[in-house]
Amino acid sequence: MTGPLPLAVVGYFEPWWIQVIKAIVVFAVGLQMVPVILILERKLLGRFQGRYGPNRVGAFGLIQPIADILKLLSKEEFRPSTSVGFLFALAPVISILTAVATFAIIPFGDVHNIFGTNIGLYGIDVGIGPLYAFAFGAIAFYGIMLGGWASGSKYSFLGAMRGAAQLISYEVALGLSLIGVVFQAGTLSLTGIVHAQQHYGLWFFIPQLFGFIIFMVAGFAETNRAPFDLVEADAELVGGFNTEYGGGKFASYFFAEYLNVFVISGIATTMFLGGWLLPFGIHPPAFVDPIVVLVKMFLFVIVFIWIRATLPRLRYDQLMSFGWKVLLPLATLNVLITAILVVET
Amino acid sequence: MTRWTPGDDVIAVQRGPEPGGAGGLYRAFGETLRGMRTTLARIAEGPHTIQYPEEKVPVYPRFRGRHKLHRFEDTGLEKCVGCSLCAAACPADCIRVVAAENTPENRVSPGERYAAVYEINMSRCIFCGYCEVACPFDAITMGHDYELSDYNRSDLIFTKEMLLAEPIERTPLRTADE
Repeated sequence: MTGPLPLAVVGYFEPWWIQVIKAIVVFAVGLQMVPVILILERKLLGRFQGRYGPNRVGAFGLIQPIADILKLLSKEEFRPSTSVGFLFALAPVISILTAVATFAIIPFGDVHNIFGTNIGLYGIDVGIGPLYAFAFGAIAFYGIMLGGWASGSKYSFLGAMRGAAQLISYEVALGLSLIGVVFQAGTLSLTGIVHAQQHYGLWFFIPQLFGFIIFMVAGFAETNRAPFDLVEADAELVGGFNTEYGGGKFASYFFAEYLNVFVISGIATTMFLGGWLLPFGIHPPAFVDPIVVLVKMFLFVIVFIWIRATLPRLRYDQLMSFGWKVLLPLATLNVLITAILVVET
Repeated sequence: MTRWTPGDDVIAVQRGPEPGGAGGLYRAFGETLRGMRTTLARIAEGPHTIQYPEEKVPVYPRFRGRHKLHRFEDTGLEKCVGCSLCAAACPADCIRVVAAENTPENRVSPGERYAAVYEINMSRCIFCGYCEVACPFDAITMGHDYELSDYNRSDLIFTKEMLLAEPIERTPLRTADE
């Protein structure tokens, strides 16, 4: 075992070759989950709207997302003459990169002994878990900003500007909503937070109910999902920041958006829903842990889809005033009360 | 006799609660949950869509679809006597009738003449049903078929034989209780 990484304290880490394998596995799992979420969203959204959703391609339309992606990839790579070529190509890469990088810290299980080697079922257990996620979440907006700006189109630019403003107003509330959990757990490591929930015997969404709700609301804004999808806003901005994108680049944005949903679900699962823990003190064998986490994550994904089917898009000033006047004070209050209670006990 | 009291005529106007404040936040949250219940109820209801090529919407008896030409059931003669009234009534001008004389050897219709050529251009027809109204012998009626798309315009010109024949695939008819 070598020394810790210079950037952050790393909880437990394995020999380098296992880390390489884990990186590949994390990327592959993330990649596999996106079509699943896609078909789930389209099917569920259809049901919410009193229709079937796609059911023609393959059995029950289950390979519809593959057909969609193949269609996108086979399209012509188009670029407006006003766009800035390098940034136009770079922006989707940033989006996808940050999404996958955040996915790496979500713990799918504890450190387990697999074939004689201790392996943590996560990409990496950084000692600054939520901060890491926020850092990459903030960089993800560069993908949107640069994409919108480099397109050289007014709709893209408007979408990107909205994205920037939305980031500033919601990132703060998102961060503050998690601080309560961090106070209670006493650690920033995501595995540590799950262990703390095991220690308390209580998942943090009960003592941190306000934080949980604020996190969910801000999470919708963070992932640019309805009702905060002003960055895309098809009704007013054509397609928002990705108006000028098509083909593979658009597929990258699409991929990043759904992976972000999955990542936010993962963070919510870890921070508030006890990660791989099961209720009533059930201790299943180790191989069940990732399945438990996946099921919980998909519950959150379903909530994301449910909200998308329910709520209309907010007006821009409503979005801003909601972020600054409601979420931020509530999150601050939540942090204050949690801090007082944690210090008292 | 009840006495009139001024209070009876006062109508309470239902005003929405004032926005903002903690109450507004609480209401917004509650209304969101109510909306989520509404959408969830749609799942419980099940889809309302009809899987078209497999499932078809049954039509009403008065539905105006593809035309049909009729024969007398007893003699097998065509009802059409080639009077061209349908063609005259047609606002889209899609009916072409060329009449010919019936002879004792070749009797097609009970009248003096019969339609030697009877064509309806389905790509022009607007399915108004005026031909049906104009026909003095009920020789042409509107059927129930609506699946008339084709790859060529020329294939959409329906000849007399096609109009006399029963449609290949029957369109479901709505029953009385539907």
